[in-house]
Amino acid sequence: MNQTIKESGGTGPSHRNVEIGVAAFMALLAFIGIYGSIKVGIGWGAEGPLAGFFPFYVSLAVLISCAVNLTKIIKSPADGELFADWGQLRQVTSVVIPTAIYVALIPYIGIYVSSALLIALFMKWLGKYSWVVVIGISVLVPVLTFLMFEMWFLVPLPKGPLEVMLGY
Amino acid sequence: MLENIGNLFHGFAVVAQPFNLLLMVVGIVLGVIVGVLPGLGGANGVAILLPLTFSMSPTSAIIMLSCIYWGALFGGAITSILFNIPGEPWSVATTFDGYPMAQQGRAGEALTAAFTSSFVGALFAVIMITLVAPLVASFALRFGPAEIFSVYFLAFCSFVGLSKEPPFKTVASMMLGFGLGAVGLDQVTGQLRLTFGAEQLLNGFDFLIAVIGLFGIGEILLTMEEGLSFRGTVTKLNPTVVFKTWAELPRYWMVSLRSCLIGVWMGISPAGATPASFMSYGIAKRISKNGHKFGTGQIEGVIAPETAAHAAGTAALLPMISLGVPGSPTAAVLLGGLLIWGLQPGPLLFTEQKDFVWGLIASMYMGNLMGLLIVLTCVPLFAAILRIPFSVIAPVILVLCAIGAYTVHNNTFDVVMMLVFGVAGYFLKKCDYPLAPLVLAIVLGDKAEEAFRQSLLASQGGLGVFWSNGLVSTIMTLGLIALFWPIIQAGWTRLRSGKLRPAQ
Repeated sequence: MNQTIKESGGTGPSHRNVEIGVAAFMALLAFIGIYGSIKVGIGWGAEGPLAGFFPFYVSLAVLISCAVNLTKIIKSPADGELFADWGQLRQVTSVVIPTAIYVALIPYIGIYVSSALLIALFMKWLGKYSWVVVIGISVLVPVLTFLMFEMWFLVPLPKGPLEVMLGY
Repeated sequence: MLENIGNLFHGFAVVAQPFNLLLMVVGIVLGVIVGVLPGLGGANGVAILLPLTFSMSPTSAIIMLSCIYWGALFGGAITSILFNIPGEPWSVATTFDGYPMAQQGRAGEALTAAFTSSFVGALFAVIMITLVAPLVASFALRFGPAEIFSVYFLAFCSFVGLSKEPPFKTVASMMLGFGLGAVGLDQVTGQLRLTFGAEQLLNGFDFLIAVIGLFGIGEILLTMEEGLSFRGTVTKLNPTVVFKTWAELPRYWMVSLRSCLIGVWMGISPAGATPASFMSYGIAKRISKNGHKFGTGQIEGVIAPETAAHAAGTAALLPMISLGVPGSPTAAVLLGGLLIWGLQPGPLLFTEQKDFVWGLIASMYMGNLMGLLIVLTCVPLFAAILRIPFSVIAPVILVLCAIGAYTVHNNTFDVVMMLVFGVAGYFLKKCDYPLAPLVLAIVLGDKAEEAFRQSLLASQGGLGVFWSNGLVSTIMTLGLIALFWPIIQAGWTRLRSGKLRPAQ
C-alpha cells in the first residue's frame, strides 16, 4: 500500500529478511499441500480427477510463485530498509501476546470474563487509566455484548463458571 | 424491462416495512462506525455482524448487512478528511485534497462534496445494476460447468492484471487461498484431504474467519505499529455550507460522470474500490485545468476518488447477485451470508428469490439516500468516536472480532485460527501481498474446483473444453489477456519507445 518512509534512527529486522521469511514460509505450506495431495492421489480415477488433483496444482503454483518472489528478493541489493524497528515490534507483540492468552482462556472461563480481563489489561497497561474507569468499562462492554447477543439476537456465546453460577 | 420496474417497486414495498427501515438505519449507523474505526472495515465489519442476522429473514438480513456496507463506504471519508487517516483503503486518495481543505477551514465543504459524490457514484452504479443484472442473470442461466469455470478464471486473472502488487505475489496469495479452501472434505469424491488427521480441519478453513483475522486483527496490529494518535479538526456541518456546496457541485459534472464510469468498470472486474479511487484521482488530475493545484485542497480532488470508490463498491455487487462471483471481499462476505441463510447465489436468484433480489436492489437506492442524510446530519457524532483513545478501542475491537469468529460455527478453535490469520495478515500486508484474492479464493475455491472437474469429466481430461464454443473461448481468452496484462503492457511500452527513438 502506501510506502511511508520511516524517519527512524532505530534498528530492527530488515525488510529484505522478513520478505525472504514470508516467501519461505509460503513455500513450506506449498510443500505440505503437495505432500497431502499426493497422499490422496493427484491422478485420474473412476469418477474423474481424484481429490488431490486440484490442490496439487494449486500448491505447485504457490511453490513456483514463491520461487520467483524469492529469487527477485535475493537478487535485489540490500537497501537497508527496515521492516519495523524494535520499538514498533514491541507495540505489535504487546497486542499479540495478550490476545493469544485471551483466545486460550475463552474455552475455560467463557468469553465474557476473558473479554473483561482483556479490556482491563489494555486500559490499565497501555492507557494508564484509573481503576474506577478501567473496571467500569471492562465490565460494561461484556454486559452490553451479553444483552445484545444472548438476549436480543439469541446467539449463544461460550460461557464459563461465572455464568453457570449466575444461572445461565 | 417493464416487468423489472414492477419488481423494483415491489422491492421498495418490501424495504418500506417499518422493521426493515429500522434495520436500515441500524445498519448504516453501525456501518459508519465500522468505517470510522481503524481495524474494522467493510468486509470484517459485515463478517462480525453476520451472526446477528441468523434469526432474521434473508431479505431483512441482506438489507441490514448491505446497509452496513454503504455506511462503511461513507464512513471512510470522514476520517480521511478530518484526521488525514483513511478509515478504509479506498479513501486514501480522498486524503490528498480532503485533508488540506479541512486544514484551510473548509472541512464542511469537503465533507459535503465527499458524501454527495459518494451518493452520486452509488446511484449511478445501482441504476446500472437495476438495468443490467437481470439481463446478465438470464444470460448466465444457460452456462454449463465450462462457462462457469471461465467466469471464475476471468475474475481471478483480472486480479493479477489489475492489482498494483507484483503479479507473482498476487498469484501466490490467490493460490494459497485456493489451497486453504481445498482443505477438508472434497465436495466431489467425499474424501478427506490435507487434514493430516486433525479433527478441527474436517470442515476446512472458513473464509469468514480468514476475513476477520486478516482484515480485523491484521489491521489492529498495523495500527499499533504506527502508534496512532488522532489529531484532527473539529467540525460542524451547517446547512448553509451544505447548500452552498451543492450549488457548486453541478459544475463538476464531467469529473463525476467520468469517475462513475471508472468506478463501475473497476467494480465489476474484481479490482475493486481502492484502485478505482486512485485511478479516478489520477485521471482527474491529468485532465483538469486545475490539475497542477491538486493536493492543495481542490474540491475536484475529493469528488473524483469518492465517486469512483462508491460506484465501484456498489457495482461489485452486480457479479455477486447475477453470477455468484463476488467483486470484492465485502461482496464475498455477503455471498457467504446468502449460503448461511440457505440461498443459492447465482443467476437462479432472479427467478426463484424475487423478493430477496429486488428487496436488495431497492435497499441500495434507499440505503444510500438514507446514508447521505445520516452522515450529513451526524458527522460530529461520528468524528467524536475517534476521540476515544486507542487503548480502549483496540481491546473492544479484538473482543468483537473474537465474538464474530466464534459465532460462525460456535467453535473456539476458530477463534485461535482468527489470531493466526491476523498475524499472517500483518506480515502479508507489510510484504505487499494482496489479501483480497486470498479471501475470494477461499470463498470460491470449492465452486471453481467443482466446475473445473465437471468440465474435465465431460471432456475426458482435455483442456479443449474451455475453447469448445464461442462464449467460453471469449471469456477464457479475456482471462488470459488479463493474466498476462503486465507482460503485454511492458512489451507494448518497449515497442513504442523502440519506434519513437529513431525518430528523435
